[in-house]
Amino acid sequence: MPAITLTHFSAALVFALFASVVFGITQRSTARDQVRYGLYCFAMFIGGVFVAGWAMWLIRR
Amino acid sequence: MPNTATENKENKTAPMPSTMSVVAPAIGWLIPGAGHLAQKRWIRGLLLMVSIVSMYLLGLAMQGHVYKPNGGDILDMLGFVGDLGAGGLYIITRANDWGQGLISHATADYGTKFLIVAGLLNFISVADAYHIAIGKKP
Repeated sequence: MPAITLTHFSAALVFALFASVVFGITQRSTARDQVRYGLYCFAMFIGGVFVAGWAMWLIRR
Repeated sequence: MPNTATENKENKTAPMPSTMSVVAPAIGWLIPGAGHLAQKRWIRGLLLMVSIVSMYLLGLAMQGHVYKPNGGDILDMLGFVGDLGAGGLYIITRANDWGQGLISHATADYGTKFLIVAGLLNFISVADAYHIAIGKKP
């Protein structure tokens, strides 16, 4: 397998994208709800990354 | 003695499971998204396939570790259960002896997590394919 090195942020971004797609499709029934829930999950994942990042920055200070 | 009318009513409310309710989860486990494709949910199936397979391949490319069944440690066993969810991808990986990555950089550990989560997401996808097959979800 070819080796890939992702940054922490890009790894989190890719993780959020794929997990959100699966959550959206599997947890809601209608297409509209699936898109909305997928976007919600993606926003929560990315928001969580920033919150955790700032929390670690504050702890380190 | 049981009432015949009640028996008839029970038979109507509990239909026999269709072939698809067995086949869809099985092929969905083996090939991520195939359970949906088999039920003509083309877009959903393709999106699930692309997401889960991409996540798994990225995990391998990031030098993630693939767990074996006889890990010994309880966390290794849980990792194995997660990895096993990827079905055919896991079988191919083990057959080719991939996923023996040495944790030489920080993101290699992310690769291991990508592999486990791809398997767990496939479990959710399989359950969804089953729900579609039994008519619980459109």
